[in-house]
Amino acid sequence: MAKVSVANNVSKSNRNWIRGYTIAGFFLFITYQFLLPWDGLPSGIYQTVNQWMPPSAVNESLVYVIMALGLNIVVGYAGLLDLGYVAFWAIGGYCAGWFMSEFFYFLNIHFFGSVPAGTPGIHINFWMVLIIGGFVCALFGVLIGAPTLRLKSDYLALVTLGFGEIIPQVFFNGENFFGFNISNGTKGIVVVDPSPAGFKNLGPFDAGWKLLLFLFLTAVMVFISLRLRRGRLGRAWLAVREDELAASMMGVPLMRTKLAAYAVGAFAGGLGGVAFATHVNGVYAERFNFAISIFLLAMVVLGGMGNVWGVILGAFVLSWVNGNGLSAFGRVYNDSFGTSIDFTSFTFLLFGLVLIFMMLFKREGLIPESRMKLLMHEGELDDADSDGKKQKAGK
Amino acid sequence: MSSMLEVKNIQVAYGKIIAVKDVSVTVEKGEIVTLIGSNGAGKSTTLRTISGLIKPKSGEISFNGQRIDGMPGHDIVAMGICHSPEGRRIFPRMTVKENLELGAFLRNDKAAVNADMERVLDLFPRLKERIDQRAGTMSGGEQQMLAVSRALMGDPKLLLLDEPSMGLAPVLVELIFETIVKIRQQGVTILLIEQNATAALEVADRAYVLESGKVKISGSAKELSADDKVTKAYLGH
Repeated sequence: MAKVSVANNVSKSNRNWIRGYTIAGFFLFITYQFLLPWDGLPSGIYQTVNQWMPPSAVNESLVYVIMALGLNIVVGYAGLLDLGYVAFWAIGGYCAGWFMSEFFYFLNIHFFGSVPAGTPGIHINFWMVLIIGGFVCALFGVLIGAPTLRLKSDYLALVTLGFGEIIPQVFFNGENFFGFNISNGTKGIVVVDPSPAGFKNLGPFDAGWKLLLFLFLTAVMVFISLRLRRGRLGRAWLAVREDELAASMMGVPLMRTKLAAYAVGAFAGGLGGVAFATHVNGVYAERFNFAISIFLLAMVVLGGMGNVWGVILGAFVLSWVNGNGLSAFGRVYNDSFGTSIDFTSFTFLLFGLVLIFMMLFKREGLIPESRMKLLMHEGELDDADSDGKKQKAGK
Repeated sequence: MSSMLEVKNIQVAYGKIIAVKDVSVTVEKGEIVTLIGSNGAGKSTTLRTISGLIKPKSGEISFNGQRIDGMPGHDIVAMGICHSPEGRRIFPRMTVKENLELGAFLRNDKAAVNADMERVLDLFPRLKERIDQRAGTMSGGEQQMLAVSRALMGDPKLLLLDEPSMGLAPVLVELIFETIVKIRQQGVTILLIEQNATAALEVADRAYVLESGKVKISGSAKELSADDKVTKAYLGH
C-alpha cells in the first residue's frame, strides 16, 4: 500500500507549475522587451535572435499553444476527434473584428474600449471581448455538438470537418450574408483596436508586451486544463475516452460530459481567435483554412495527447518551424553553401515525415500522458505482463 | 406494495434482430434472483435493458414502483441500480483505485464512499494488494473482482451481475459465489446471470430459465434444481 502510483506523482508536480511558469515567462518577457532592444547588446546577438526567434514568432506560437490546449481537451481528454477546430478560431477572430474595430461604422458603441470616444464602430474592452469570443464559441460548440455527439467517432470527425469548412466559407463570402456584410469578405477587417495591458494600449509594434499578454492567456488555459483534469469532469472525460459504455454504467452522463468537452475546447478556440486578431492586428478570412485544423491536431498528437506540457511543446515546435525556424535555417544554409533552395516549400514534407516517424517510434508523443502511452503500446504487452505478477507501473 | 424490480413483457431488438421477445421478471427486496439459459437466450439483453443501455420496444420496467424504461442510464444508476457488465469492462489503463472511484461517480458523500471502499476491499483482499496497479495488468479473476467491486461502489439497492464467473478457475468461481452471498447479507438485492447454472441455483432464491428470448420456466431455485427438464438442459445431469 505504500506504493505511490505514477499518476499521483504527476499531479503533485503539476501543483507547482505556476512558479516555474512565472519565472520562465518573465525571463522571456524581459529578454524580448528590454534586453534585446538594449543598445549595449552586441549586435550579433540581436540579429541572431531576430533571425531565429523574433518576438512576433514567439507570440504566434503562443496563440497556437492556446488553441492546441483547447483542442487537447476535446481530443486528448475526452477522446473525440475534431477536424474542424479552425471554425472556433474564425468565430473568435470575428468577435474581435466586430466588437473591437470600426467595422460597424454606422454604430457608435463604446464600452471601456481603447480608442477615443466618438470613433465610429463598436469598441468594447479587450478583456470583455475575450470572454464574449470564448462564450460565443462555446455556444457554437454546443450547437454543433448537441445533434452530432451521439455519432460514433469516425462520423463525428466527418461532421466536424464539415463544420470547419462551412464557418470559414461563410466568413470568406460574408460580404453579402443574406444582405448583411458580416466579414468584409476577402478584404478582411483590417484594423483591430489595440489591446490594453492595463496601463498601455498595445499597438502593432508592442510585441514584447503582447508576449506578456499571451503568456498570461496561455497560463489561464494551462490552469483550466489541469484543474478540470483533476476534477469530477476530468475523471468523466477519462472514463468516456477509455470505455463509453462502461462509463455510462458508472453513471457518467455521456452527452453532458461530451458537450462539456466541446464547449470548453471551443471556448479556448475563441480566446485564441481574439488573441490572434490582436496579434496580426486584423481578421483575414483566408487565414482560416482546413490546414489549420490539421496543423493544430498535429501539435496535439506530436506533443502528447492529454498531456498539457507535451501539447505546449508540440504547438511551440511546430508553429516555430512553420513560421520562422525553417526559413531561418534556409537562409543560413543558402548563405553558407551558396545554394538557393526554398526551404519553406518543404514545410509540409517535413511535417509529414515527422508525423510518420513519430507514429513509428514514439506514438504517444514527445511528452506523453502515462495512460496514453499504455494505450499506444498495448499490443506489445506479453503474457507475463498481463498475468498480474509483474507490477507494470509505467516509466 | 410493489416489488423492487418489475419487468413486464419487454421486447428488445437490435435493429431488426429481436433479442428479447417477451420477458417478465420480478425481483423482491433482499432476494437473489438468477436468469439462466444458453447463449443468445436474451439474458444479457434483459439486464442491459434494465440498466438503460437499450430501450425496450415495448413493455414496462419499474423500480420501487417508478417507471424506469426510457430513462437515461446515469439516472438509473442514481436510483440505485448498478450493473457489473458482461466481459467485465473495467477501465484497463486506470488503477484499481481509480476504477473504484469511478464506480462512485455519482456520489458526493466522501466519507461514505471511503467507507464503502474499505468494505469492498475487505470483500476482496486481493484488490487491496493491487490498489495502485493498472487494472488491465491484473489476472482475469482479479479483473472480475474489480468489476463486481466497482458496481458495489455505486451503493446499489439492486446489483445486476452479468456472468461473474465467466472464464474463471474453479477456486475463483467458488470465491465469487461466496462473495455474492456475503453481498446479499449486507442488504443488497441481486439479479444474477449465470451460465454455471448449478452454482447459480445454489445461491439463488428464485430463478428464471430463458430460451430464445422468452421465459420458459420460472420458480424457486429449489424447484428448478429438481425439475427434470432444467437438469437435463442446463445442469448437465
